[in-house]
Amino acid sequence: MNGLFPRMRGFLALGYLFMLAPLVYVVVYSFNSSRFVTVWEGFSFKWYAQLWQNNVLMKAAGISLQVAFCAATIAVIIGTIAAVAYTRFPMMRGRGFLSFISIAPMVLPEVVLGMAFLMAYLVLQDWVGLPRNRGMITIIIAHATIGMAYAFIMIRNRLRNFDAAIIEAAMDLGATPLGIFFKITIPIIAPTLVASWLLVFILSFDDLVVASFVSGAEVTTLPMAIFSSIKFGLTPEINALAAVMIFILSILLIVISGKLTRKNEPGLLIQAPEEE
Amino acid sequence: MWKALKNIKNPSQTWTAVLLSVCVYAWVLPVFFLGFLQIIKVAFSEPYIQVPPYKDILTHFSWEAVEFKIYLANLYDLFNEKLYVYAFWRSIKIAGLSTFIALLVAYPMAIGLVMMPKRWQPSLLLLILLPFWTSFLLRVYAWIGLLNTDGIINMALMKIGLISQPLEMLHTDFAVVLGMVYCYLPFMLLPLYSTLQKFDWSLIEASADLGCRPWASFRQVMLPNTLSGIFTGCFFVFIPALGEIIIPILLGGSKSVLFGRVIWEEFFFNRDWTMASMLSIALLLVLMVPIYRAQKKGDL
Repeated sequence: MNGLFPRMRGFLALGYLFMLAPLVYVVVYSFNSSRFVTVWEGFSFKWYAQLWQNNVLMKAAGISLQVAFCAATIAVIIGTIAAVAYTRFPMMRGRGFLSFISIAPMVLPEVVLGMAFLMAYLVLQDWVGLPRNRGMITIIIAHATIGMAYAFIMIRNRLRNFDAAIIEAAMDLGATPLGIFFKITIPIIAPTLVASWLLVFILSFDDLVVASFVSGAEVTTLPMAIFSSIKFGLTPEINALAAVMIFILSILLIVISGKLTRKNEPGLLIQAPEEE
Repeated sequence: MWKALKNIKNPSQTWTAVLLSVCVYAWVLPVFFLGFLQIIKVAFSEPYIQVPPYKDILTHFSWEAVEFKIYLANLYDLFNEKLYVYAFWRSIKIAGLSTFIALLVAYPMAIGLVMMPKRWQPSLLLLILLPFWTSFLLRVYAWIGLLNTDGIINMALMKIGLISQPLEMLHTDFAVVLGMVYCYLPFMLLPLYSTLQKFDWSLIEASADLGCRPWASFRQVMLPNTLSGIFTGCFFVFIPALGEIIIPILLGGSKSVLFGRVIWEEFFFNRDWTMASMLSIALLLVLMVPIYRAQKKGDL
């Protein structure tokens, strides 16, 4: 082995510095007592206290949590249905179209997605009177549809690596298709279901653009609240909020990843090859 | 594996397949595809100061009299309005540059990652995912504090005496490209890593034995063998970068007119839904080519 490639490890360290330095900066400065975000004055927890008392941000966070929870649950259910239909029935007509419409919400730009959802709601409102008004429900539906694409890809990749012999054995032993699905398929792909649920949850919790299009006047999600407060300059409270989110996420990631990455789970962008 | 199951011809299976697909269609078609049809319709409608802010193409006066009116001024503006043309080419330039820089940064990092001991790699991947999973908005926000004229970077550079006056970094193209590279780097890194993981390193040894210098074996052996990862990574960076709104607004300032942002502002500030729809269609048509190729290749 020649020396060029191992030397890239130094570059890797630089890359990590680049990726993590902004996060470290935000966390450190969230403890700064100065009102000016860029001048260090002394250590204090006061921005955390203020964050806790900030009703606008707290209420928005509550809404975002509910939206993300519902959207992730719906997305995983529909994503599973689509993925099972896609992998389990290779002869099915319209399989390509199924995969296309399941993935489309993932690859299209957010602006276009947001507008498409809004237009769809307006047309449906005109035709059938539903959704009656825009608010949490419409955000949930939009996020669930986008999240479904991510769930579909992850679950489909998992199902491709699935040992079909187990299913054949169950069929030989007289199991019904539904029995096979609930007693065999679901338990085996459970880690992937959890991972995709989390991914959709985080995507939904993070989304600003689509939510801005489809939310009505009354409902404000957390990213929308953050956006309107940072457009007018830096506020140390947002630093504190970022630090809290980074902290929760790190713990979540560390706890879950131990369980999920062990078995060579195919991730979202790290894809398993299709069996032929 | 599924091949064995392919041969089973069972009518109940066909019905299951149909039922499952119908569930998916019943969700996606009304809430999503309907919206696209409506966007196309609105793009050719006349703007109108009311709620909703456009006139329908079809107007029913009575059963006998139906007016069908297509408004083409938006289509004309799309190619002739300076702002749109300018924003389009600028977006292509900025997204392309960001993708290229992300590739230049991510490729050596991916090699470095593969070179690390196997048991460390999952944790190192986790460290890449950590910023990726933190709020997008907050990551962009962090850079405002770093790049500001009274920000950390300027303070540090002035302290060591490299510069005497703070550099104007925020609200420049530099800040926009930096923000995009930072936010989308994991999208580039992960596909590259997974391709490099499968790369057969004995090929490099073989090329070295045959007299290749490291750079030559990189260019002639490794690069052609990892093209698929490069394409996937570029795709996943270029597409969101082209329609990006938040980064130009927060890091680019008022001068940073990118295509996604123009759509956003037409929609929310000018309340011109018809023009916003026309611009969205244009963006979609441009993106169709890479999306179609990626799907053929099997990336999606």
